[in-house]
This record gives sequence, structure tokens and C-alpha cells, in this order.
Amino acid sequence: MILVRLLLQTVLLALAQIWANKIRAFLTTLGIIIAVWAVITVVGAMEGFKGFMLDQFATFGANKVWVFPRMPPGQRDRYSWRQVRMTIDQVDSLLPNSPSLAAITPILNLNADIQAGDRFLPLASIQGVRPSWHDIEQRYVTVGRPLSNTDEEQRRQVCLINDKGVQELALPEDPTGTYMLVQKRRFLIVGVVETRQVSPMFGGDEAQTEVFIPFRTGEAMREFPRMYAVATTKAPELYEDARAEITAQLRRMRNLKPGEPDTFGVEAIEQAIAQVKAMLGAITMMVAGIVLISLIVGGIGIMNIMLVSVTERTREIGLRMAVGARAKDILTQFLVEAVTLSLIGGVIGILLGVGGAYLVGELAGWRTQLSSASIVLAVGFAACVGVFFGFYPAKKASQLLPIEALRYE
Amino acid sequence: MTTPIIRIREVHKVYRVGAEKVHALRGVDLDIQRNEFVAIMGASGSGKSTLMNILGCLDQPTKGVYELNGKLTHSMDSAQLARVRNEEIGFVFQSFELLNRATAHKNVMLPLVYSRRHFWGARRRAAESLRRVGLSDRMDHRPNQLSGGQRQRVAIARALVNEPSILLADEPTGNLDSKTSDDIIALFKKLHAEGQTILIVTHEEDIAGHAARIVRLRDGRVLSDNPTSQDPIHQDYVRRSLEAAQRAASTEGVTA
Repeated sequence: MILVRLLLQTVLLALAQIWANKIRAFLTTLGIIIAVWAVITVVGAMEGFKGFMLDQFATFGANKVWVFPRMPPGQRDRYSWRQVRMTIDQVDSLLPNSPSLAAITPILNLNADIQAGDRFLPLASIQGVRPSWHDIEQRYVTVGRPLSNTDEEQRRQVCLINDKGVQELALPEDPTGTYMLVQKRRFLIVGVVETRQVSPMFGGDEAQTEVFIPFRTGEAMREFPRMYAVATTKAPELYEDARAEITAQLRRMRNLKPGEPDTFGVEAIEQAIAQVKAMLGAITMMVAGIVLISLIVGGIGIMNIMLVSVTERTREIGLRMAVGARAKDILTQFLVEAVTLSLIGGVIGILLGVGGAYLVGELAGWRTQLSSASIVLAVGFAACVGVFFGFYPAKKASQLLPIEALRYE
Repeated sequence: MTTPIIRIREVHKVYRVGAEKVHALRGVDLDIQRNEFVAIMGASGSGKSTLMNILGCLDQPTKGVYELNGKLTHSMDSAQLARVRNEEIGFVFQSFELLNRATAHKNVMLPLVYSRRHFWGARRRAAESLRRVGLSDRMDHRPNQLSGGQRQRVAIARALVNEPSILLADEPTGNLDSKTSDDIIALFKKLHAEGQTILIVTHEEDIAGHAARIVRLRDGRVLSDNPTSQDPIHQDYVRRSLEAAQRAASTEGVTA
């Protein structure tokens, strides 16, 4: 009871004291305000950004691996493109030799003029793919049928087209059974696939016409077909294994000696996610460092003002001791005042921080994720700063001798 | 005979000022009985402030015995002393020492904040204490809205609020004009009549004259300890001031 009343009195007293010196108190807590504000805004924005990035990655599929030809940097004169380019034998050797892989398809990129009726599109994107492509890319037909193994084996002149292409070529809503010209060859349209919008972050822009044909059909249309491969791993966390297996197999196929650089690249979406996470983690650490410094500066501000306050109120301390306050009571009083001051800073910081995080999210267009952990952490830190930096002045006040404090001018 | 409220024996106080030792009290004996009204007098440096601080448990003797209301205070720690100050002693200071931010009522409640007694009814007790000093109508005024005399009354109300065994007043009229001083002295006399034990430290003979007993200090020792009516220095002062008053009256008569 006594304790409750004393504590209540002390808190009220601290609030009254702070209210009596509003401007001073505000300036004092500015460091804390800014620190808490920064931590909440940045952490909130970071979380939002991370969620946004992961959503973007998810559109690609988390367990995809790309295998593509790559000239070793700075070695253009040592390797010819014949050595670097990928062949279908190499691609076909990967699945049997890489147990981590679930499926693979070569992808042949052709740019060719297409035509249907009087509609003509120059240099449209034509991709030669195997039937496994549907599962790997998670793109299925909405109308008609998917590409089949028979199409592949017999090098049929059939194709799939996306919604956008149907639009651009002014084809009927169900174009299956009609023909279109690809590089002046007649292709039977067997199905329609959904247009997939690629995030602008990965270089995608407006949806484009895409035509998909059997891989071997496409292969026959080019003297030196240029291809890469897309595979899926059996589980997202297997990408490191898959990469090692693919690398070993391709080096063997290409007769690369130890010490020679890879003439191809293997990338996984997991890797990109890990990089983004590492980057965000680093930024968060950096911000945490800045916030820590800011909190220390704020704490020093509080210590400074508390020392001033103790000096200003020396006689008051003497009087309180004369009427029965123990050293402990005085210590509590000043400690509570310092903590109250930093908590007020913390609360103002939270309000500004939450507002700031939402504003950033609004401007950047991603969903702000306020973590309650960062709020609790910020307030906890503010209180700790109050206790830590308030302790010395409070101790100093409590160690005053009543007669000397009363005599203080 | 009843046990005295204050009993000090052979009290010494030595301060260390740099390398020097200052012997402020050199063996003081003093008894104060319940409901006494005592004035302590002495020139500056006589040790009266030191004695006051020791009696008020703000300071402790270097050597000697101090028994307050049956408790041996010279061997207490600072928390115990704080409790004694809270429950046994009411201080009145020359410069009032009120909290400027707080109302008269809040100021008077201050000792109760640190007290185990009167948990319930602290506000009522504070109001009652203000009524005793005649300030019922000034409860919600802040010190800067009060006159000097009123402020000292608030301070006295604060000193009385926890029913102390003894009221210690250090030059209580030092910052007041003579009219207001008379009012404050009249208040002390009223409280004394109501049974309060009062000890005043002063250097003014006419203030000391209102007490029933005068203790004079010099060089850290008790020089004299007499009832006011038998104190030769005070009686001499009374006679001289009477003569001065008569002279003034007669001079006035001549000029008139």
C-alpha cells in the first residue's frame, strides 16, 4: 500500500515536473524520439520490403534452377562461343546425372515474324520447349491441349499462344484448330496459355505475345540453336546440391580441366532470396547500429538534464529528506522521472514511427508489416536507457546530505 | 518526573574542513521536557546550527548520547533517521522551503507521502493542519500566491501534520517583517498552549523572550540555561528596550 502510493505519487510528481519544463523535456527526449521513430519506421518498411520481394520471387517458383551458357568473365579470347553454347546432349545428360532434379526442359529462344490472317507481328518471342515445361513453369493451357511428347518426337508444327497473342493477332476466342505463320511456316494452334506478367523488378514490362512450340520443331528451324535450361529441384533447399551436380556434369561434358573457369552458369531463385535476405539483414544491422548510437545520445541527453534537475532541486531534495524521505525514496523519484521522460520519448517515437512506416509503405506501394517485436524492443530499450542514464543522477541526488542540500544556494 | 523528550549528554561534533578540524560542539548536555517552549541562542559560530541539526536528526554527533522520545538516535542508520525525522520532528525553516509547484494543501501533505502513518485520510489531516494555522481558505493557493507570513504558516502546518514530538524552528521569523513575526510568534504560543513542544533557534532577543526558557551557547558549550524570567542577559535586554522606548516617547513628547 505504502509502496503503491509512493510510486503513484512519484510518477505523478515526475509528470508534473516534466510538464513544468515542457520544452526542455521535449528537447531532451528528442534523441530517444528519433531513435524509436527510426527503428520502427525502418524495421516496418524493411519487413514490408522483404515481404514484397519474397512475393515477387514466389511468382517464379521457389525451387527453380536455371542453367545457361556463360562466357567466363575476361576470357573472351580463350573460349569460342562453340565451346560455351549449350547443346541438347548436355541438357539431356543432366536429369540422369543429378538426383536432386525433378524435371528439366531446354528452352530455345527464337525471335521470328508471326502472322495470322492479315495481322503481322515482327520478331515475336517464340520459345521451343519440352512438355515438362508446363509443370516446371506452372503454366497450363486454358483452352485446347498442352504440348505432348508426340508433338516433340514427331517435330510437329503445332504451337501454343498466350492470351495477349490471341488479342494481338485478332484470333478467335478459341483459336484451336486455326493456323498461324511462324517464320513463314504454318503452325496449328492447339492451345492457349495464360499471359504471365513478369515483375518489373526482374526486367518484365508490358505483357507480350508469346508462342510456344515443341523443342525439336524449333531446333530444326535454326542452324545453331541457342538454348538454356530450366529445371526444378525436388525441394527448395536442394538447390545447392543441384548446383554441384549440374556443375560437375557440365564440366565433364565440356572437358574442362581443374583450374579452368566454368563456361556456364547455374542460378537458383533460392540463392537470390538468400542474397536479398542477407542484404536486408545487413541494412537492418546497420540501422540497429545507428539506432543504438542515437539511443546512447538520447540517454546522455537525459542524463544531462537529470543532472541539471538534481542540481536545481538540491534544496527540494534536502527538504524531502528533512521531512522523512529516505535515500531510497529520492533515488526512486529521480529514476522514475528519467524513465518517464524516456518512455514519453518512446511513445512519441512509436506514434511517429508507425505513421512513418505506413507512409513509406504507401509511397513505395508495398504492404507495411509492423512487427510488435520492434515496438516492444524500442520501448524496452527506451526504458533501459532511462534507467541506465538516469541512475547516476538519481544516485547523486540520493547521496546528498540533508543539511548540505538544505544549505545549497 | 517524566522522561524528557530530548536528552543529550556530552555531545561532541567535529567537522573536518580540509586538513583542519573544527570542533563545533564540545560536550553539550540538554534536557527538554514535554510541552516546553525553549529558545536556543548564540552568536554565529557558537554551534547552535550544529546542535539544531543534531536535534533534528539531520546530522549525527561525533561523540555523545542523543535520546529522542526514548530512542537512541546516535546509533541509527540513515533510513532509521529518516523515519525519526518523519514521525518525531517537525521542521520550520527560515526560508520556508515550500515546493513552488504544489498547492498549500499538497505541500502540507508532503511528510505523509513518506509516512507509514495516516495512509487513509492524508488529505483530511493536511486540511486539518492548515486549519490549525488559520489557512483553511488558502488550501489551493500556490506559495507564490501567498504572503511571507502565510507561507511560513503553511510550513508550520506541514511541520505539524504528522504530529511530531517536537517542533524545531530555525530562525522562523528571519525572513519576515516585525508585524508578521509577531503573528508567527503568536501562532507558536497558541500551539504551545495546545500542548506542542517547541524549540526555536534565534538570535533575536525579543523573539527568544516569548519562550519559557532560554539556552545560550558559546564556542560549542552551553553558556547558560535559565527560565526566561531569570535569564540575566534577557532581563537586561528587556530593561534597556523599555528605557529606549521611554526615551523615544519623551523625545517625541518634546518635539510635539
